[in-house]
Amino acid sequence: MSNISLIVLLLALMAIAYQVGMVRSRKVATINPGVRMHSRPQHYGMMVGLWAVLPAFFVLLIWAWFAPGVINTMVQASLPAEFATLDGNGMRIVMRRISNLAANFGIVADAADWELVAAEYMKQLQHSSTMLLTALMATLASAGLVISFYKIQPQLRARHQVERVVKVLLVLCSTVAVLTTVGIVLSMVGETMKFFSFIKPSDFFFGTTWNPRFSTTGVGEGSLTGSQGSFGLLPLLSGTMLVAFIALVVAIPLGLMVAIYLSEYAPAKFRATAKPVIEVLAGIPTIVYGFFALVTVGPFLTDFGAMLGLTIRATSALTAGVVMGIMIIPFISSLTDDIITQVPKTMRDGSLGLGATKSETILKVVLPAALPGIVGAVLLAASRAIGETMIVVLAAGNSPALTANPFEAVSTVTVTIVNQLTGDNDFASPQSLVAFALGLTLFVITLLLNVMALVIVRKYREQYE
Amino acid sequence: MSNVAQDNATNLKIIARDVKVFYGQAEAVKGISMDIAQNEVVAFIGPSGCGKSTFLRCFNRMNDTIEHCRVTGLIEMAGLNIHDPALDVVQLRAQVGMVFQKPNPFPKSIYENIAYGPRLHGLAERKADLDDIVESSLRRAGLWNEVKDRLDQPGTGLSGGQQQRLCIARTIAVSPEVILMDEPCSALDPIATSIIEELIDELKQNFTIVMVTHNMQQAARVSDKTAFFHLGELVEMGPTNELFTNPQNKRTEDYITGRYG
Repeated sequence: MSNISLIVLLLALMAIAYQVGMVRSRKVATINPGVRMHSRPQHYGMMVGLWAVLPAFFVLLIWAWFAPGVINTMVQASLPAEFATLDGNGMRIVMRRISNLAANFGIVADAADWELVAAEYMKQLQHSSTMLLTALMATLASAGLVISFYKIQPQLRARHQVERVVKVLLVLCSTVAVLTTVGIVLSMVGETMKFFSFIKPSDFFFGTTWNPRFSTTGVGEGSLTGSQGSFGLLPLLSGTMLVAFIALVVAIPLGLMVAIYLSEYAPAKFRATAKPVIEVLAGIPTIVYGFFALVTVGPFLTDFGAMLGLTIRATSALTAGVVMGIMIIPFISSLTDDIITQVPKTMRDGSLGLGATKSETILKVVLPAALPGIVGAVLLAASRAIGETMIVVLAAGNSPALTANPFEAVSTVTVTIVNQLTGDNDFASPQSLVAFALGLTLFVITLLLNVMALVIVRKYREQYE
Repeated sequence: MSNVAQDNATNLKIIARDVKVFYGQAEAVKGISMDIAQNEVVAFIGPSGCGKSTFLRCFNRMNDTIEHCRVTGLIEMAGLNIHDPALDVVQLRAQVGMVFQKPNPFPKSIYENIAYGPRLHGLAERKADLDDIVESSLRRAGLWNEVKDRLDQPGTGLSGGQQQRLCIARTIAVSPEVILMDEPCSALDPIATSIIEELIDELKQNFTIVMVTHNMQQAARVSDKTAFFHLGELVEMGPTNELFTNPQNKRTEDYITGRYG
């Protein structure tokens, strides 16, 4: 029986146990007339259901965690002596073949006799493991059901028990989310450390040349000298900042004016339709923006530049920045719109009552009052722009040069991560590991921006609530 | 155009004839007529939702800012029809200042709060003129001595009563002729309230003041005339001491004696 069907069975059992518990609690209530039951029948039902299912479920979890390892070890031990001593990779391949044979999965060519024997043994072990698990779960489930069934008494605080389980469940779920974040950071830190064992941090953070030659598999100790490529972060970081800056120059004025129109001038009906439509901009896949930049905006900017006598490359920081700016408009407009709407009406009345016009009121009272929130929105949009990948992959030109000229091709941190991780680089080479150092740098930058944004927005909230 | 004004005494500041206010279909103010003389303090009293605030907001056309709100009837301010299309509503609001229920200082410094209006209307040519306006406005609002050393600090950092006096000073700074007050003390403690009441007493030398209040003792203490509103109608209006001691209308009597409302 597979784990999925065991879970389905557990759920069915839970439904039954729930009913049983409800019926039992009603019966207990009739047996003890004059005594008030502490909890309602649903709570007793829920309690019985949880007792029947949760212990069995934990056993299932632990089993699913450890059983494959135990079975593997036992199969390995049974292998003929010449194979049992294989090291890491060889053993992994052997075990993969055996487990494929055992599961009748895929076609394993030329199965040797000893492999078939081992596969048979593995099959047997898996079978008995499942039987054992099922039996154990059945025992636990029925024990839980029976015990809790008889524990139902008027004094029993089933309601609080259910409450405690709900709390534990919620804590577990949020722990998973937090641990994932921590895990992501830790995995990057580990690889970054490995990278810094090849390259000095100062060469990485302050290097002005980005030229990571291609590496072949297995970088030997001798080739790890300075001649094997330069990993300077600065050209990439400057490219990222340039593109993000252009994006913000496009998005801040447009986004702010959109927000002001929507919150202050647009009739309620128009706002109700226009706002979701603008928010759709944020939902368009960024690769589509990339096409748009490549096919439409880039050539347009080139032509436009030619008219003015400027040489603008079709794929340049400007192209990528402009399109990215369009992409982040909704981040700014939507948040700013919410924040402007939160500025109390009394503030506007005060200004209008003094004889200010609407636009004077917005410019001199509403926007200053909303400024912290707007700054927060802009910072969030900025961190979005810095982390954006696909648009720059397609439209920025991928040329890691240290330049401040927006008409030139640039490369960004994100683009470089893509370049370094796609292709045949050995995963232990600095050429690949640098991607993690870049990723971690990017993560720290956006994290700082987000924290700043949150602090500013929170400070603003305190002011009016 | 000021026929009504000519029929009446010469010093009438505000004249309202058959003023109705609609929110969509609902009629919130049902045809009110009223005369208010210069330098008079008039208090509007009545139960919640009786239309007194809505009527007050007609005088500086603040109801324009509310969607679906419609005002009909005639209102004259110093002889000018305020609904005349030729009239500039911005000028009207400079002329008819308003103090709101909750103190609403702008999130700017104390100085900037006061300077806001004069700057908008270009009342001060030089910085020194502006300084003078700020000082005199704060003095007249009785706040100068408390804030003169911290004019550059945010107005939102003041106490509730000080904030409300700041708002009054802000209103005075554009030299209005009429000041409308919409429950100016409802968010204040008794001490701050009595300071504001004394202030109103001084201000009436220079301004015509119309205030809405839920506090009948306050109406009795500070106003020359009191108007009692009920269900969108003006039930009774008269000199304050007469209205409180000898109400002509049964509904007024019931309200001021606390029998309902």
